[in-house]
Amino acid sequence: MDTTKGDALENNVGFWKRIGRRITGIPLLAWILGILAAALVEQWVGYEFAELIGLPKIPVLFGALIVLKKKVWMQSPMMIPSTMLYVFSVYILVIGVVARVLAAPANRAAGGLMKMPLWISVLIHLGIFYTALHIWSDISAYRVITLKLTLIAIMVTLSLNVINGYMGEFSCSHPGFMALGAYAASAVTLIFFTNDRLFGAAVLPASLGPFVFPLALIIGGLVAAIGALVVAIPSFRTRGDYLAIISLAFMFIVKSVIENLEVVGGPRGMGSQPNYADLPTVFVWTVLCIWVINNFVRSILGKALNAVRDDEMAAEAMTVNTRKTKMVAFMFSAFWAGVAGGLFAHVIRFVNPGTFGIQKLAEVLAMVYFGGLNSVYGSILGAVSLNLLGEMLRPLEIFKWIIIPVMLILVMIYRPTGLIAFKDLDVKKLIRPR
Amino acid sequence: MPLLHVENMTHYFGGLRAVHNYNLAVEPGQVRGLIGPNGAGKTTIFNLITGIYRPTEGSITLDGEPIVGLQPHEIASRGLGRTFQDLRLWRHMTVLEHVKMARYSTIGYGLVGAFFGTSRRHREEEAIERKALELMRMMRVDDVAEQRVTNLPYGAQRRVEMARALAMNPKILFLDEPTVGMTPGELNEMMDIIKQVRDDLGLAIFLIEHRLKMVMELCEVIQTLVFGEVIAEGSPEEIQNNPDVIEAYLGKDTVET
Ligand SMILES: Nc1ncnc2c1ncn2[C@@H]1O[C@H](COP(=O)(O)OP(=O)(O)O)[C@@H](O)[C@H]1O
Ligand SMILES: [Mg+2]
Repeated sequence: MDTTKGDALENNVGFWKRIGRRITGIPLLAWILGILAAALVEQWVGYEFAELIGLPKIPVLFGALIVLKKKVWMQSPMMIPSTMLYVFSVYILVIGVVARVLAAPANRAAGGLMKMPLWISVLIHLGIFYTALHIWSDISAYRVITLKLTLIAIMVTLSLNVINGYMGEFSCSHPGFMALGAYAASAVTLIFFTNDRLFGAAVLPASLGPFVFPLALIIGGLVAAIGALVVAIPSFRTRGDYLAIISLAFMFIVKSVIENLEVVGGPRGMGSQPNYADLPTVFVWTVLCIWVINNFVRSILGKALNAVRDDEMAAEAMTVNTRKTKMVAFMFSAFWAGVAGGLFAHVIRFVNPGTFGIQKLAEVLAMVYFGGLNSVYGSILGAVSLNLLGEMLRPLEIFKWIIIPVMLILVMIYRPTGLIAFKDLDVKKLIRPR
Repeated sequence: MPLLHVENMTHYFGGLRAVHNYNLAVEPGQVRGLIGPNGAGKTTIFNLITGIYRPTEGSITLDGEPIVGLQPHEIASRGLGRTFQDLRLWRHMTVLEHVKMARYSTIGYGLVGAFFGTSRRHREEEAIERKALELMRMMRVDDVAEQRVTNLPYGAQRRVEMARALAMNPKILFLDEPTVGMTPGELNEMMDIIKQVRDDLGLAIFLIEHRLKMVMELCEVIQTLVFGEVIAEGSPEEIQNNPDVIEAYLGKDTVET
């Protein structure tokens, strides 16, 4: 009896080990190519395949929106196995097989890329990955907007992680920073390039707009960074709960100031932003944000945030200028939240103060703490998983608001610092051959 | 001119006079000791000189320049390194990160380098890393460079703190009870390290110590502090034979020797 159990266990371990070994030999390049292949397969035969197995159209978000719908369970239960079959064959199977088959050549290619400057191989990886995302999202407008909002969520989460994770303060002001960025960037594009209700006729030719858009985003970021001084300066003397309350107050102040400013539309908000934030733009800004933040937190100047968090007195005694460190951290973090806000405004093409309230704060905090403190991987994971999950569980209606919090609570119990906490993102390691 | 000069320093915590009329002159390369019972005000003197507190009265000069009122990090980067009685390490950081951090004030690549990873930054950080590894070898913690400090045994944590303080390239090193809570083996190791720092790096050292054997062996001049006041100052022999010291300190704390 015992021996059979032991054998079964060993076989089991063997099985997982075998899978593990198969996977560890696959470089990132092969995975990305697998994803590209899956996107291409879906583009070429996705619709036909869906029709063949009795689905009315391609499952838009990995089948979740179909499988979780009560109506489907009641009226056409056959769609559930079909959806699962679709997701398994188009995504899991294609990605797995292609990654496995291409592992050896991709390893050779990755080895060759290692000899080139890092940025070239990074751009090649990103280029392939973006192509895959673009093809995948081409299937429906819903996918495009979900993807854009997910990318923006990554930026906001990562920027909040700089304060709450890397520097260990509990800041609640990020929706406020986003609002400043969203309104400032929108003001620029609306005043100069749009004929709109609030600011009248365009000042400059609209054809110039897309080229000035990065500048508008940077202005949004800078406005947010200046706003961050309101929280950064008290942080010299105050820590913990008190600073959290100051930052929360900041968020409410921003919201109510905007509500009372008729020039920017007051509580009704501001609409008809030009359509500048297309997928490649959002993608490029997200990559830029991840790159710059990752650069910063891995430098000694950035590690000073960790020193301030873990022991401020020791940091000072070791020559660290803690005031400057805090100031930089707040302004830097707010800058990216502001840029994300600017992009958000141009994706939704409408902003109102109500968007940047306590609900947004809860979302962002959840993504940071779920994904993992002090970790770029963690913020990406947290933003992507919670954002997609929020969309995928939509058919469950009210139960969505039970499932997600329960997940959060479980993570907080079993992994109090989040899923992937305290891990450096080393790009060179990530793309090396295996 | 003394490297570090403290004149008539007095400090009150509210109504409590923690330090009274304290004077100190440390010459370059000199090893000084500060002993006294618990609560005498030794750590407070360290905190006053390093800028954590601002003295109620008195003047302090480092290398001839007044430092009262400067931020602790400014005083530190002028060449005053220290360790803490209660071991203040950064618990989520690795040994190597600790030692590199103490080079903060020398960094020239600025925020542009930090944000965009310029080649200047890589050059500077590589040079810093080389120097850090050298000091870590000296303190025998180079084999745990990538470990979090919380994973290390106590003695090794003390040596990390020492390596970190040395990485600042100080002119004078303040050590606040560096052997507190150590086993006899760790204690001997720490003695050797302090001698090595004195002899190889030629640093001035200002040492607070509870164990008399250690101060007597290491220091040229020793001050005895009781209730914030220096009751005796002199060579180890003079201190050992001073009746006031014997009464105020040795009499009660003979167990510690
Ligand atoms: N921050 C502070 N606030 C109030 N009292 C303090 C503070 N720091 C130390 N003290 C008091 O000052 C006296 C000297 O303390 P300390 O310098 O730590 O002594 P030692 O290091 O000699 O053991 C003690 O009575 C202590 O309680
Ligand atoms: Mg003390």
